Amino acid sequence: MQRKQVFEGIKVADFSVAGTGPQIARELAEHGATVVRVECHRYPDVTRASPPFKDGIPGLDRTAFATAYNANKYGISLDLNMPKGQEVAIRLVRWADLVADSMPPGRMAQWGLDYESCKLLKPDIIYYSTCQMGQKGPLAKSAGYGLFGIAYSGFVNLTGWPDRDPLPLFNNHSDFIAPWYLITTLISALIYRQKTGKGIYLDQSQVETGVTFLGPLILDYIVNERIANRAGNRDPYMAPHSLYPCRGADRWVAITVTNDDEWKALCQVMGEPEWTRDPKFSTQIGRKQNEEELDRLIGDWTKDYPAEQIMAVIQGAGVPCGVVQTAEDVFNDPQLKNREHFRFLEHKVIGRHAYNAPSYRLSKTPNHIWKAAPCLGEDNEYVYKDILGYSDDEIADMLAEGVITTEADAPSKVST
Amino acid sequence: MTDQRDSLLGGYRVLDLTDEKGVLCAKILGDLGADVIKVEPPQGDPARDIGPFHHDIPHPEKSLFWFYTNINKRGITLNIETTDGRELFNRLVKTADFIIESFEPGYMDSLGLGYSELERINPRLIMTSITPFGQSGPYAHYKVTDLVGVAMGGMVRLFGEFDRQPNRISAPQFYFFGGLHAAVGSMVALYYRELTGEGQHVDVSCQQAVVLALMLAVEIWDIMKLSYRGTGPVFVSPRPMPAGLLFVRSVFPCKDGHVLLYLQGGAQVGMAKSSATLVKLANEEGMALELKDYDWSQYDGASISQEERSNLENPIADFLLTKTKAELLNAGLERGILIMPVNTIKDAVEGEQLKARDFWVEVEHPELGETITYPGFPIKWTELPPYRPRRPAPLLGEHNPEVYERELGLSRQELVLLKNRGII
Repeated sequence: MQRKQVFEGIKVADFSVAGTGPQIARELAEHGATVVRVECHRYPDVTRASPPFKDGIPGLDRTAFATAYNANKYGISLDLNMPKGQEVAIRLVRWADLVADSMPPGRMAQWGLDYESCKLLKPDIIYYSTCQMGQKGPLAKSAGYGLFGIAYSGFVNLTGWPDRDPLPLFNNHSDFIAPWYLITTLISALIYRQKTGKGIYLDQSQVETGVTFLGPLILDYIVNERIANRAGNRDPYMAPHSLYPCRGADRWVAITVTNDDEWKALCQVMGEPEWTRDPKFSTQIGRKQNEEELDRLIGDWTKDYPAEQIMAVIQGAGVPCGVVQTAEDVFNDPQLKNREHFRFLEHKVIGRHAYNAPSYRLSKTPNHIWKAAPCLGEDNEYVYKDILGYSDDEIADMLAEGVITTEADAPSKVST
Repeated sequence: MTDQRDSLLGGYRVLDLTDEKGVLCAKILGDLGADVIKVEPPQGDPARDIGPFHHDIPHPEKSLFWFYTNINKRGITLNIETTDGRELFNRLVKTADFIIESFEPGYMDSLGLGYSELERINPRLIMTSITPFGQSGPYAHYKVTDLVGVAMGGMVRLFGEFDRQPNRISAPQFYFFGGLHAAVGSMVALYYRELTGEGQHVDVSCQQAVVLALMLAVEIWDIMKLSYRGTGPVFVSPRPMPAGLLFVRSVFPCKDGHVLLYLQGGAQVGMAKSSATLVKLANEEGMALELKDYDWSQYDGASISQEERSNLENPIADFLLTKTKAELLNAGLERGILIMPVNTIKDAVEGEQLKARDFWVEVEHPELGETITYPGFPIKWTELPPYRPRRPAPLLGEHNPEVYERELGLSRQELVLLKNRGII
């Protein structure tokens, strides 16, 4: 017998934009919630204008940036700048259990869709907002770029080498921390509502979520006044602890040794060359003091072998070691395949392509990823008719008035 | 314990058996109000040995890593490898909503404490297992550290200079990702449990949690067959020939550190306006005068040559060197320039924004006779009192009397016996 999906019956009005916000409702959708994501051709989401585009050709429905965080959702096109569009949005809010907002602070209020307005429509609504700095405070209105957020929380300064400038992080790191804090809290709020009948408003600062992943260094500053700095791949307590070159172009393996037994095992794997018997490498303190030389000697050994082979033999000896995996490696990783991490769905324009599954497996209620992310407005008919109950005539009017937008409303140039 | 109405997860109980690998999960549940009992082996959780330490004194009751990751938890000791230990554990399982563990796959089963056994004692139980790669698969028994884990997850590859090995973030992230995702999986299971009364097993892979944080790296491979790698303090814009690669600097040194700056223009109105405003600011102080009449709306990232780009960057870089992070932040906020200081840990703690949001909380440490400022919870909510710390991380076995005597009804004599036999 097919079990009920966990969030079956939960309805989400998803007004979230860009990379961070949409991940939150995705998690509910992958466990059975009905999520309607609202977008507009006239002001397309930033993800729709950014690569990777199918065949390198820009187009609102051609980029995997717009699909990555939106599996299982229904997508509609609606102009929230038009009064009639706001009316439609209100009908959607009345239908929903949850309202999702990741706009810059204040934008939802301009549309009459802020928490206070929604609560008047539906007193037990659960509403969440996530943005870079949080809804209030002196920097709340600063530009919401993810890179700015991780500069402010300290990640940029802690990435790179002590003798070089800090490095921007490709993944805008906290954009991928924030959603998971919010989902956890959101589910608590759903349970709270079941027990009390009360809705709730959640206001998340993505910068703060980043800071929580630097907690021990924060306390080190507060208690010991030590200001952590970037350290390449060094660790204060371990040596060897680095990446080592392998055979092939730009191939690397991470090797770390946490105790004497692992050190002895590593020496054996390397065939116990003469230098491993040097007393200066026989103790943990000695290895740490002579780390640079040690790294060079280990690298002289690793460089002749493929990274995968080094990993297999060193792990075989019980020592922590791993290939520095490229995206291609990750895509083909046998462990991730075993865990069915990538799921493949047929997208109307992009074709068959990959989606991430959750990192956790539930023994009784596995997630179910079945619907490729929607093209802009793909589910208009289903949502406007079957969910919101508009008649064919009303829909035709809204199309004619441009309330429901189409490709013809899109800006001519979509690539950034 | 906590009154249901005082917090989101008040009234739920968590037994936290994790070490470093899963410790964040129960911290988050505890932050949300759950009654978390840390269950340590009698000699203490190895995570008590992780630095940094209070005033740099290495001592199992002074680890700042331990403090931070075990706040709001109570603590008991228990050797679950003994028969008495298992019996006591099973009694606690009856009272628990969650068990969170991070042992090697198979370990709990080998003790007769796997999910299939515990489910029989408490069918409502949710058991969450956090491991580097998950419970099954070819790497399930691989050994990791943070560096190995983030490398295998594809994250290390995203950061780095062109002329050096790729690099990690200089603060462990791998297990935090696993713990954070475990909190999500546990809550999904709890929601189901509230509907049906049925618990289940949650099997978390830290590696998968990291893969979910690569932004678009995997999608770029999937669609374009390109593997992204770190490109130093610049963005590299790949352009069709004859334009070729364009290096666009985003991190600039300033007087007392670094700032991040989007120095661009073209059709993006905000970018063009920001760049023009920054030039005007520099001009007011007699700098970057050669850019005085540059029309940023004409900036075209698709065709600009590297030399032209450098001619725009260099005078601005010279100007930024004359200003502090704070001056540039204020100028950015006042005038609408897309610039942000690259904060140090100190800057982040002292910055106005997090203070204004009451993010920081004070935690009393009676054993040290002091109060220490901690990061708070990164979400504000209505209806319930705001997040506040309830207790500092437990001392080793601090709540043994509370749990074993008062709750399970053991006598003081029996506790002494258990202590003497190495069970608690």
